Amino acid sequence: MQLSKDKLLDAYTRMKKIRVFEETMRDEFAKGTVPAFIHLYIGQEAIATGICVELNDTDTISSTHRGHGHCIAKKSNLEKMTMEIFCRADGLCEGKGGSMHIADLSVGMLGANAIVGANAPIAVGAALKQRVLDENIVSAAFIGDGASNQGAVFESMNLASVLKLPVLFVFENNGYGEFTGVDYHCGGGDIAGRAKGFGMPSYKVDGSDFFAVQEVAAEAAERARKGEGPSAIECVAKRWYGHFEGDPQHYRTKEELETIRRDFDPLKIFRKKVEEAGLVDSKDLNMIDEDLSSEVTAAVEKAKNSPLPNVEELTTNVYEKGSY
Amino acid sequence: MSIKTYRESIIEAMILEMKRDEKVFVIGEDISGGRGCGDFEGEAAGGPMGLTQGLWDEFGAKRVIDTPISETAIMGAAAGAALSGLRPIAELMFSDFFGVCFDQIYNQAAKFRFMYGEQGATPLVIRTMIGAGIGCGPQHSQSPYSIFANIPGLKVVTPSNPYDAKGLLISAIRDNDPVMFCEHKSLLGMEGEVPDDSYEVPLGKGKIIKEGNDITIVAIGQMVGITQGCVAKLEEKGISAEIIDPRSLSPFDEDMVYDSVEKTGRLLVIDESNPVCSFGSWITSMVSDEVFSSLKAPTRVLTPPHCPVPAAPNLEAAYLPDMDRIVEATDYLTNYS
Repeated sequence: MQLSKDKLLDAYTRMKKIRVFEETMRDEFAKGTVPAFIHLYIGQEAIATGICVELNDTDTISSTHRGHGHCIAKKSNLEKMTMEIFCRADGLCEGKGGSMHIADLSVGMLGANAIVGANAPIAVGAALKQRVLDENIVSAAFIGDGASNQGAVFESMNLASVLKLPVLFVFENNGYGEFTGVDYHCGGGDIAGRAKGFGMPSYKVDGSDFFAVQEVAAEAAERARKGEGPSAIECVAKRWYGHFEGDPQHYRTKEELETIRRDFDPLKIFRKKVEEAGLVDSKDLNMIDEDLSSEVTAAVEKAKNSPLPNVEELTTNVYEKGSY
Repeated sequence: MSIKTYRESIIEAMILEMKRDEKVFVIGEDISGGRGCGDFEGEAAGGPMGLTQGLWDEFGAKRVIDTPISETAIMGAAAGAALSGLRPIAELMFSDFFGVCFDQIYNQAAKFRFMYGEQGATPLVIRTMIGAGIGCGPQHSQSPYSIFANIPGLKVVTPSNPYDAKGLLISAIRDNDPVMFCEHKSLLGMEGEVPDDSYEVPLGKGKIIKEGNDITIVAIGQMVGITQGCVAKLEEKGISAEIIDPRSLSPFDEDMVYDSVEKTGRLLVIDESNPVCSFGSWITSMVSDEVFSSLKAPTRVLTPPHCPVPAAPNLEAAYLPDMDRIVEATDYLTNYS
């Protein structure tokens, strides 16, 4: 289906915002201003965006340790998100979550998660709102190729299939589980094929291509909304940087990194497609680039200049106030 | 008011709360039973121990959700549902099974509010069976409540009778934090007077079962009844024991214990958990810290020995603290000088 110009510009904005944000975070981390580990999403922008453009504000996603891109694609508040990554008092989680535990329930972002694969059952739980309350909801779990081997993920696929829940299992196969290649860690090598075994439709798509992801996301989301159950989407993409910032990546060659940045750039691929088809004017895209650059810079500066949490907050929000 | 069993009280609490709030639902293994068995319709079991009997007939499969044997998915889905605004009651059939799903309990549900701020409220009840006494052996008889109570973000309750079981479960369902609701399998058939209407027993409030002046005995879960059974023997020896049932371990009614120990000067805790880092040792540690000058004798904790729960009936009987050991320990502490 032909996407409207507005939807295309929206998608480009989300992808580009992820790129600019992550490049800025990379530089800030190198300067030592970020107080915790970060895991960059660059190279996978088309996945989060291709899925999230098919979700409503009331739909939910559960995310991974590599979650900045998911937050941005789900339209989380950029300033508050940045503050959280800098562990500031006014961050989305009041500074106690940090990069690996950002959540923004106001937009259905149920949290980044630092336990690999643990977010899959949580997405299944959100999907129960369709069964229990008849709510119109789709719930997506982003799952890395590394996480695809976790028992929690298998159990989640089975439960969602048995209960016919509206879940999208989005496998982001970026080639590496931490420092270990997918060729080594994934028995059988076919993540999408495993999902099929649980009795759900399963797709394998080019995760560097927004249109490839979005097209199947639309199909899967529609089926989920109709009560026809879960789907799996394996998106094959490239991880441009290390497992975390600071990872020396001894396990990769310089040539590999050069090749993927040249041939598997989701933003370049998107631009080429829409410009060649005459769907969007390149001037519009350039304007978005400029606006985003200043928006991200402003958010980072604001975050860096905002206060850390008060020490009195150390033991708050363990339990509901006044209940313990 | 009528006579009900511990089991009936638990079922009644769930029915009342499910009627009151459409967001409350129950999820677990075989909680109705019989799904997927040919043409069978209806409730085959209502839980392996009958703790969800009648729910399926009343509320149907939308809110009484049978699952595969898949504890991680059950606990995680319940955690995610709670984070998303539902109020799940998830059944962890035997508490021993926490070993296969604890990540979803202690890294996820228990931490959501802290990690995510106030938006991370997690109104979740995990109903789970604890305890030795009916020959279930090493992997179906444990009482891991000390481990649960060790986790910030979890609340833990251990009802010892039908009245508290109903009131505590209603409070737990209405609470906005994850609660480990530890049901003792030896108590399921215990009878007691229980109001028909809804009522709350507040979390974090203990109960003085019997007043006394010579020694404070804090007993947990099944141990409450066993301790009560010692009263006549202790009175024969001229010992006036004050018996406290904390009902909740987390939050814990510290003040009730401190006040009692200030009066009696002696403390004995009867605890079914493993002795190393047991909940009982935490109670004695708090008492030493807070009311040391009131103590006339060392504090003592009676637990099973540091071994798994055996299957053989004679060994299981030797495993659990019993009346003889309680009387002996009480005697020792009250005669200490």
